[in-house]
Amino acid sequence: MKRLNPYLTGGITPDWIDYLLAFQAAGADAVEIGLPFSDPMLDGATIQQASDQALRRGATVASILTDLTEARERIHLPLIAMTYANLVFRGDPFTTSPATGGGPEAFCRRLADAGLSGLIVPDVPIDEVDRLEAAATAAGIDLVLLAAPVTPPDRLAEIGRRSRGFIYAVSVMDTTGERDALATTAAPLAARIKAVTDLPVLLGFGISTPDQAATAARAGDGVVIGAALMRRVLDGASPDDLRGEVAAFRAALDQVDQEVPAAHAHAQISGDRR
Amino acid sequence: MSGTEVATMSAPTAAGRFGQFGGRYVPESLVPACAALEAAFREAWADPAFHERLARLRADYAGRPTALTPAETLSAQLGVTLLLKREDLAHTGSHKINNVLGQALLAQRMGKTRLIAETGAGQHGVATATAAALFGMRATVYMGERDIARQRLNVFRMELLGAEVVPVTSGSRTLKDATNEAMRAWVAAVDEAHFCLGSVAGPHPYPWLVRELQRVIGEEARAQTPVIPDVVVACVGGGSNAAGTFAGFVDTPARLIGVEAAGGAAMTNGTPGVVHGYRSLVLQDTHGQVREAESIAAGLDYPGVGPEHAHLGTSGRAEYRTVTDAEVLDALRRLARSEGIICALESAHAVAWVLRAAGTPDLPTGSTVLLTLSGRGDKDMATLAGEVQ
Ligand SMILES: Cc1ncc(COP(=O)(O)O)c(C=O)c1O
Repeated sequence: MKRLNPYLTGGITPDWIDYLLAFQAAGADAVEIGLPFSDPMLDGATIQQASDQALRRGATVASILTDLTEARERIHLPLIAMTYANLVFRGDPFTTSPATGGGPEAFCRRLADAGLSGLIVPDVPIDEVDRLEAAATAAGIDLVLLAAPVTPPDRLAEIGRRSRGFIYAVSVMDTTGERDALATTAAPLAARIKAVTDLPVLLGFGISTPDQAATAARAGDGVVIGAALMRRVLDGASPDDLRGEVAAFRAALDQVDQEVPAAHAHAQISGDRR
Repeated sequence: MSGTEVATMSAPTAAGRFGQFGGRYVPESLVPACAALEAAFREAWADPAFHERLARLRADYAGRPTALTPAETLSAQLGVTLLLKREDLAHTGSHKINNVLGQALLAQRMGKTRLIAETGAGQHGVATATAAALFGMRATVYMGERDIARQRLNVFRMELLGAEVVPVTSGSRTLKDATNEAMRAWVAAVDEAHFCLGSVAGPHPYPWLVRELQRVIGEEARAQTPVIPDVVVACVGGGSNAAGTFAGFVDTPARLIGVEAAGGAAMTNGTPGVVHGYRSLVLQDTHGQVREAESIAAGLDYPGVGPEHAHLGTSGRAEYRTVTDAEVLDALRRLARSEGIICALESAHAVAWVLRAAGTPDLPTGSTVLLTLSGRGDKDMATLAGEVQ
């Protein structure tokens, strides 16, 4: 089964939980919840705008986790937080200001308490990950690591060993955002990752249409869809509208699942002519 | 781990840390580029031919060494001996050229054809555009819309030099957001472009690399001063002119004082955080969102500070003070009228602290003060026309 992980900026609208439920109804396998940060280094204009809108509405990590806790009985999908290092390391007790937060240990515990099961922090590469990795493990949170087209083989192998849940393949050398076509770097990266790990490989960044999602899913095990959905939300589309969007991605991935693998198909044609 | 102390103002740890600060908090897409830059820097820095080229550029092109000017009138008025290290006399009008010439040489060595930069006051942008013209490279400079409006002269200079100035409309529309945008642009152009970062900030190796390139300020000043000063003072935005100045005196008994804008005082009011690829002291709210800084000096309108300053400050080797916009305007005018030097609004922060502290226990009568004037004030004329009668 090809996996579909849509992304949703936490707190983007007052009824943001309804989008989450719509993603669920449309057949998402998991949802990535963006915890908005003021300075999102790896996001393009759309997700940046989504984050700004959520922050202007007063969304905080605490308010987003509270909303999720309240909606818990209605959510049957794994939820994965996606955010930046500053929010994760905030109030690190070994630094001079223990005032707020409590560092990655407390952060991961809060995620687990709110029912989340995974975490993605794009500006914490493996070189800086030790403490966060330990904190996530202790809290029962899968820390999903990212790989990029430029990641050299030795790093890729380490990312493969240390990632939990799946590996996030950043399919293009760019920030998040819609693109006209799936990047040519996507499939080769997925293949390189699959060679070093048995974890599922999900491709993300710039996957904007069901067609592109299908192409990406043929190379990997699934896709993450972010900016294409958030642009619709920013434009005022309703949860119902988004259910339709996500359902179209679901259908494209299901179609890929129906496809007979090429080698197998060939065998059937030559060996079994019913 | 943070206990493995690095020698003060020498190389950081292998992970790029100064005490608990620094590091390399960047997307995986940028890790190989940072590693390649570090390797290129280590190699170049060990190569006498590189140093020779850099020294020649500094002398023949940038106009180094810059003068050390005794501020005689002010000294007499204040009862201290005030010596001005004149980075305003360097080509393009500020210390930023020291850093950029070094980085452009490195970029050329790495086969890059394009420079990407962020700028606040525009001085780093102008320096980058200048080096790009000199080296035959393309330059793209990200600048907040607000800074474009208040530093029009520098925008014009950059464009005249052939650089593309890209307005940044997100967030505070100042240096913070220009830095985000430049880093994002680098992700998409990492093959051909070198990110020419303008201060001792950003992911490892930038804080170290930029400090080493700015060390020339402190080393020249040290050779030019007849005595070791009691106090060494410089303004702090990201902190590059201060770091370069301090590096020349860190092994002496001199007190090191960095002066921040009251509205952009990460050393004074910041808490530990991670922005723009490094861990340091950052202005942020209780939810971890980065706060917008607010200073009359665009170059100090930045919510973070270089990690080595955070280390120097928390370890007690350097001290950090703040001055208000009103004190800065007063200091700028007083320096202009007493010494005939119109300095940059950024630099006037250091002057403002001297004016306030002279004759107090903070800066007792009879002290010798070395002050780095990081740049000249031409770019600020429009702002000043509105503020100074
Ligand atoms: C003249 C001048 N001084 C100081 C600064 C602040 O930078 P830094 O603290 O890195 O020296 C700037 C930055 O734009 C500047 O233009």
